[in-house]
Amino acid sequence: MTNKARRSLHEPAVISTAQLAQFFAGLSESGYRIIGPTVRDDVIILDEIAGPTDLPVGWTDRQDAAAYHLERMPNSALFGYVVGPQSWKKYLYPPRLELWQAARNKRAFELKQKQPEPPKLAFVGVRPCELAAIEILDRVLTGGEFSDEYYRRQRENTFIIAVNCTEPGGTCFCASMGTGPRARHGYDIVLTEVVDDSGHRLLVDTGSEAGLSAMSKLTAERASNEIQSRADELLSRAAGRMGRSLDTADLRELLYRNIENVYWDRVGKRCLTCANCTLVCPTCFCFATEDTTDLEAHRARRERRWDSCFTMDFSYIHGGSVRPSAKSRYRQWLTHKLAAWHDQFGSSGCVGCGRCITWCPVGIDITEEVCAIREHDPAQATVTEESNI
Amino acid sequence: MPGEKKAKLAVWKFASCDGCQLSLLDCEDELLAVADAVQIASFPEVSRAVVKGPYRISLVEGSITTPHDAERIHKIRRNSRYLVSIGACATAGGIQALRNFADTRQFVSAIYANPKYISTLQNSTPISDHVPVDFELRGCPVNKRQLLEVISAFLNRRKPLISSHSVCIECKLRGVACVMVARGLPCLGPVTHAGCGAICPAFHRACYSCYGPMETPNTEALAQRLKQMGITGDELVRAFRSYNAEADEYRRESTIHEREE
Ligand code: SF4
Ligand code: SF4
Ligand code: SF4
Ligand code: SF4
Repeated sequence: MTNKARRSLHEPAVISTAQLAQFFAGLSESGYRIIGPTVRDDVIILDEIAGPTDLPVGWTDRQDAAAYHLERMPNSALFGYVVGPQSWKKYLYPPRLELWQAARNKRAFELKQKQPEPPKLAFVGVRPCELAAIEILDRVLTGGEFSDEYYRRQRENTFIIAVNCTEPGGTCFCASMGTGPRARHGYDIVLTEVVDDSGHRLLVDTGSEAGLSAMSKLTAERASNEIQSRADELLSRAAGRMGRSLDTADLRELLYRNIENVYWDRVGKRCLTCANCTLVCPTCFCFATEDTTDLEAHRARRERRWDSCFTMDFSYIHGGSVRPSAKSRYRQWLTHKLAAWHDQFGSSGCVGCGRCITWCPVGIDITEEVCAIREHDPAQATVTEESNI
Repeated sequence: MPGEKKAKLAVWKFASCDGCQLSLLDCEDELLAVADAVQIASFPEVSRAVVKGPYRISLVEGSITTPHDAERIHKIRRNSRYLVSIGACATAGGIQALRNFADTRQFVSAIYANPKYISTLQNSTPISDHVPVDFELRGCPVNKRQLLEVISAFLNRRKPLISSHSVCIECKLRGVACVMVARGLPCLGPVTHAGCGAICPAFHRACYSCYGPMETPNTEALAQRLKQMGITGDELVRAFRSYNAEADEYRRESTIHEREE
């Protein structure tokens, strides 16, 4: 590839849905399995797809606290919905992963550590909040002294086609968390879908060498100023139409100084400790290791599976669970996400995707809980009282 | 080890439908491994022959409903190193514990021509109400994989790998979308003990809690939510009064809504 061609591809391009199909086909030819959103049993999940027609074409999702349903749109947009109950951690950090097996024969003890080779995956329709979540997982799982080998190798084998959000959902608040609705980095290519009187167009930006080389196989038209400013307009409108918002000012300190706030009792009464919020969260990474043997103890097996700070086993130490009450578990979760995460990993642990709000069976809303703590913050109350004087 | 006698495994039946014993029979391939690892000393679904105790592991199915059974369970306990109660009847009194909410004498006289020959207790109660139990395996019926896990754990003197968290976690592990959120179905999964692998939600059905209460069931908050979804008090009473009606938390929750009407 000449430098000249490369530079021209750095310029935003415009492709049609037919060209997107070609693009997918190109990735398949290079050995990628295409994973993207698709409608299954009335919900948008992530699974292997054959082409753009397997995407939720013409569907949108209506989301609110403990509520989700799909609706038909008047157009045939490919990406007119937001995030579903599953996140990309399903692939990067699978729900179950065998770590090793051991076999005993006579006197010897044989250890088998055959982790599967992660497949080449092309993720389609990764939203800006999800890019931010993947970036967080990168830091947590590979950024420290020890790295999660399966995760690291899967990440190396992953091609990312991100999609900017022009239609934010009812529980989205990425604008508050500074993670969306426009993707800034972390993708190979990013699409902005524009469906209007001028047709159905996809604006493409490349974000990596791999993205560039994949795009070079298409004869894509250069993006006009018109479509670029149309996309900008859609995205800035989206930022103003978020279903939720979260005031992050002073958040870490607010939560730390309110650890003993009686308000936590209220949410503790409502919380079922069912763990749905953590398992749908794209950044929650906690796991349990499970050991089993066969009947005669000739074989043993260790597996890693998703766990949650909402289970009793999670904080079990000699003598019992450290967090027996729902209140203590909810508080642990929320303060870890929004406060302790900063100290531990240098960012917020929440990217504003809204999944925990939608998929909590009783509709507990992280943004409302923060609001409530803020309202019941004794420090804040003093300030207001003083300013009233 | 050569020369060492095999551990004896016994299965005992009390008031039950035999479904949990059948889970062991259902193990098919693994059943041979079980027969290899232990001497099956009693298994009513398979044979009436009973090998004398003591037994390394006694699996007890069914609830205590008669004075005779209330005696018999003590003998079994005395003869067993480990006693594991299996299934909703043995761990919570089973569906027959619905009689605990009424007058059993009335049922007896309504059903039997000669009630005087019927010797039965007012309440159906779990095994743990009568004798100390080493482990309770939940389910109606129990899951065969979990049953094998419990047997191998006790044979190998390790802790059984049985989680007591919600069914919701099992939904999420298998990628099932929540039927409560996406379909508005009244699901008891959030307060229900895991173990089945979320069978019902995987088939778009709400969980009716055949595994009984999970480790920290917030039945009150769930009931409140179900009411918001349009579930009536009467329906709530029935939801919490099924296979595990006699489990403390469910008994309490169902009784609250009974009073409501
Ligand atoms: S805490 Fe909730 S909103 Fe934030 S990233 Fe996790 S699931 Fe999304
Ligand atoms: S906040 Fe909601 S989803 Fe999370 S554990 Fe509590 S009830 Fe379950
Ligand atoms: S379907 Fe039921 S068990 Fe599954 S996540 Fe939803 S509430 Fe929990
Ligand atoms: S989902 Fe609920 S009702 Fe269905 S098998 Fe599991 S525990 Fe039983």
